[in-house]
Amino acid sequence: MAEISHDSGSHKKSGKKRSKKLPTRIDFTPMVDLGFLLITFFMLATSLIKPQTMEITMPSDKKVEDVDKTIAKASQAVTVILGKNDKVFYYFGKTEGANVIETTYAAEGLRKILLEKNYNVAKQVEDLRVEKIKLRMDEDLFQRKMAEIKANKNAPVVRIMATDEANYKNLVDALDEMNICSISRYAIVDIDEPDRLLIKEKGI
Amino acid sequence: MPKVKIRRKSTWIDMTAMCDVAFLLLTFFMLTSNFTKKEPVLVATPSSVSEIKIPETNIMTVLVDPSGKVYFGIDGQDKRQQLIEKMAEIYKVSLSPDEIKRFSLIDIFGNPMYAMKAFLNLSPEIRDLPQNNLGIPADSTNNQFKEWVRAARDVNPELRIAIKADQKTPYPVIKKVMKSLQELDENRYNLITKLETAPGK
Repeated sequence: MAEISHDSGSHKKSGKKRSKKLPTRIDFTPMVDLGFLLITFFMLATSLIKPQTMEITMPSDKKVEDVDKTIAKASQAVTVILGKNDKVFYYFGKTEGANVIETTYAAEGLRKILLEKNYNVAKQVEDLRVEKIKLRMDEDLFQRKMAEIKANKNAPVVRIMATDEANYKNLVDALDEMNICSISRYAIVDIDEPDRLLIKEKGI
Repeated sequence: MPKVKIRRKSTWIDMTAMCDVAFLLLTFFMLTSNFTKKEPVLVATPSSVSEIKIPETNIMTVLVDPSGKVYFGIDGQDKRQQLIEKMAEIYKVSLSPDEIKRFSLIDIFGNPMYAMKAFLNLSPEIRDLPQNNLGIPADSTNNQFKEWVRAARDVNPELRIAIKADQKTPYPVIKKVMKSLQELDENRYNLITKLETAPGK
């Protein structure tokens, strides 16, 4: 910019109407500065990492009977109770006379139990994943096969019950385990009367 | 010995090319960027193995902070304007056009309707302070949160619900939010989490 402005004055005296050639070279350094400044701003102000999300579908209020129906099959039922201080408890089958066992959110804890219970489905899902990579299966077919596997009638049904002392992380951890263990049928349910008694009795 | 004359080279560097690069990058960032939304509270979301990304538009954000305050926000300025007009009508709060305009510029807020007018008249710098955000009531006796969701759904039927809560949020608060959504037949929603690597997969 400096070069453009220094031509004024001096050659006007000569009287000749010869315009002095302006240097065509412009110093771009300030413009580069500005450019990079703006880049920096945009880089800092944007969120490049989009947050992950976990999709959940809750049972509707109107379909309560449906949930009850699934619970009726005691042999498949697993109840997970989220307690205080990051403790988690589970039992199989009916509430009456249930053998409540304490476990953890770690890989050897809840996940191991659920995988054992859901062994058939988890195995099939695992095989399907391997197959998908080996045979370059397309996404559509993969999803369809996955849905078929997950529709297994003998797969366990998990009820997740959170006590009032549990926190949000516990809930997400529990839901996450359902995803990891390929459990398709699970529900977050309110603590009902028999379970309330059980929780009280066991001091969870 | 003759002196070796070192020719002075010009220090002038042509910046044009660099300028081109800078502005190319600038254009890229401007076009691809979506700004980080300013949130009144910082929440540490729990991690999960889920890899589904959240869409950018048509999102209803429900923010729950560790103390159990509920915040609410939808995207789209015109949508927000319609929303506040609806809510003002329901709760009989009279808001001036200026206040409505101000509301439409707020991404996310957490105030009961009776405090809304005062909240909108605060200067933007102090609006996000915790003491100015009382949380939206979501109790069964005064469930304003439910009304917000209902009104937002009327304004924009394509909204998807995203719940963003802190790890330490007590479960009863989450339960309250989930119950309210359930009562409105909003059975599908997203829980925002951060990425954790899936075990052995």
